[in-house]
Amino acid sequence: MSNNIETAKFRPEICVDENLVYRKPSTLLPEPFHYCPGCGHSTVHKIFMEVVEEMGIENDIIGVAPVGCSVFAYHYMGVDMQQAAHGRACAVATGIKRVQPDKYVFSYQGDGDLAAIGTGETIHAANRGENILVIFINNGIYGMTSGQMAPTTLEGMVSTTSPHGRDVKTQGYPLKMSELIAPLPGVAYVTRQSVHKPANVRKAKKALRQALEYQKQGLGFCLVEIVSNCPSNWRMTPAQANQYIDEKMLAFYKLGDIKVPEVK
Amino acid sequence: MGEIKLMKGNEALAEAMIRAGCDAYFGYPITPQSEVLEYLSKDATQRTGMVVLQAESEVAAINMIYGAAGCGRRVMTTSSSPGISLMQEGLSYIASAELPCVLANVVRGGPGLGTIQPSQADYFQSVKGGGHGDYRLIVLAPSSVQEMVDFVRLSFDLAEKYRNPVMILTDGAIGQMMEKVELFDQMPRKTEFPDWATTGKPKDKERRYITSLHIQPEKMEEINKHLQAKYKQIEKDEVRYEAFNLDDAEYVLTGYGLGARICRKAMDILREKGYKVGLVRPITLFPFPKKVYEEVANRVKGILDVEMNAGQMVEDVKLSVCGKTRVEYYGRMGGMIPSPEEIVENFEKLFIKGEA
Repeated sequence: MSNNIETAKFRPEICVDENLVYRKPSTLLPEPFHYCPGCGHSTVHKIFMEVVEEMGIENDIIGVAPVGCSVFAYHYMGVDMQQAAHGRACAVATGIKRVQPDKYVFSYQGDGDLAAIGTGETIHAANRGENILVIFINNGIYGMTSGQMAPTTLEGMVSTTSPHGRDVKTQGYPLKMSELIAPLPGVAYVTRQSVHKPANVRKAKKALRQALEYQKQGLGFCLVEIVSNCPSNWRMTPAQANQYIDEKMLAFYKLGDIKVPEVK
Repeated sequence: MGEIKLMKGNEALAEAMIRAGCDAYFGYPITPQSEVLEYLSKDATQRTGMVVLQAESEVAAINMIYGAAGCGRRVMTTSSSPGISLMQEGLSYIASAELPCVLANVVRGGPGLGTIQPSQADYFQSVKGGGHGDYRLIVLAPSSVQEMVDFVRLSFDLAEKYRNPVMILTDGAIGQMMEKVELFDQMPRKTEFPDWATTGKPKDKERRYITSLHIQPEKMEEINKHLQAKYKQIEKDEVRYEAFNLDDAEYVLTGYGLGARICRKAMDILREKGYKVGLVRPITLFPFPKKVYEEVANRVKGILDVEMNAGQMVEDVKLSVCGKTRVEYYGRMGGMIPSPEEIVENFEKLFIKGEA
């Protein structure tokens, strides 16, 4: 393969901070992502690892990977990690945080993991006010098992187990986990973000940083929901999928802070 | 000599956990083992700084164990049969990820919600795997309150030596009864943790991860081979049992835990009646003490296996003797406890009168 970079003239004078548009954070491992083209996971992995790098906490953070598309999150995030059983990430994170309260602890979970099989663990960890960060990727579908209905699947949305569109009368309603969890007194911060546009990516990154700052202050459970996509299982191109987020997902899952800590 | 106390089995187990320098206990109430969490809730944290947390379910508790064990801490949970069933998923992950931890199952009668009375019906679940996949727990069966204490410390040592979950398989009677115990002195909690533990990526070293997922079957087979080699080593080095009166024995009674204790009394009665009866009591149910059965099988007329279940360990006894002697079973189920007299009567029926 010919490589234009090899033949291009190296101009060190332009390699200055103000010209830097993209750099891979040192906290992200050199493993190529296995995620599908256009999938939001890679973006969230990257911005979260940027936050970890910027805060200088890569030696003081332990993460929990779920079961789902991001089951291999520990192949990419260059920090100490544990892989949890399906839905149990908040319980595993509780175990980690309770014996190491001075470390940052986060879980990274999809909607099937967090909002279906792991609802109990999530709500109770939140209600105990576990001082952890839960990153919740909501794309309204089971990605890894190839496109079944999730608890977050929108009404009328087509999946392999709702091929005629989700019928809420027989298949239940899409579940808003963030709104469900926010009122619990142990919960410090709940926000819903997205990464389908550059402006949203920046906001999502800010929210992730904010959540870790709250954890540092010992304020309690923080949930950062990220409304994401699944081009492969939505049967869309990446561009169509991002448009679907704008038109459909965000109409139901409204972006913004749902709960912020009271300023004292 | 350590401190001597009169204690309930469950409380003695909890006291031993504190003294063994346990870092964290995660549990959920269930009869007949709720005293463990109650005892720890009193002042364990004040005494050693250990974490004591009542989880929302046994499913959550075992996964909290996974998380804390993955940080290299000494961790323990306890439950009773239905709760232990709920923990099987987590145990499979723990065994696969090779995380050291200790569990106690204060067994009650099943199946289903069953009874709250003592039983040994969880033998298969404990020694043959329980959850999915090829894995083993190291299983210890105490038959006194003293052993509830001693086996906690032993279990932590074995768990850490082999990076394997250890199960103390006891029952509602031993959990609830009071006996004199000698306690060991308070041990310090660990301050250094193994290299594999996720305590935050060390500077200038690779980060660590704990997982049971190896998507390439070639790799997963390697993991399985490694686990099986470890279990073989455990079978070679960690067999524990007690034997009584085997020298002149013509017959052998066998049982574990409470069953063995009742068999001892039955053996004494049978000896008074003139029958040359010995007793084999496995202490480790995995690894199973195959050799002692193999050895006695060559010289006795029969083995009577006594269990508080429908006959589970008897299968391992039969596998050990390989058809070289007659093996019979007598037991009670569903929370009923056999009396020494019942055992004597059934021994005579089966082996002396030939009424079976």
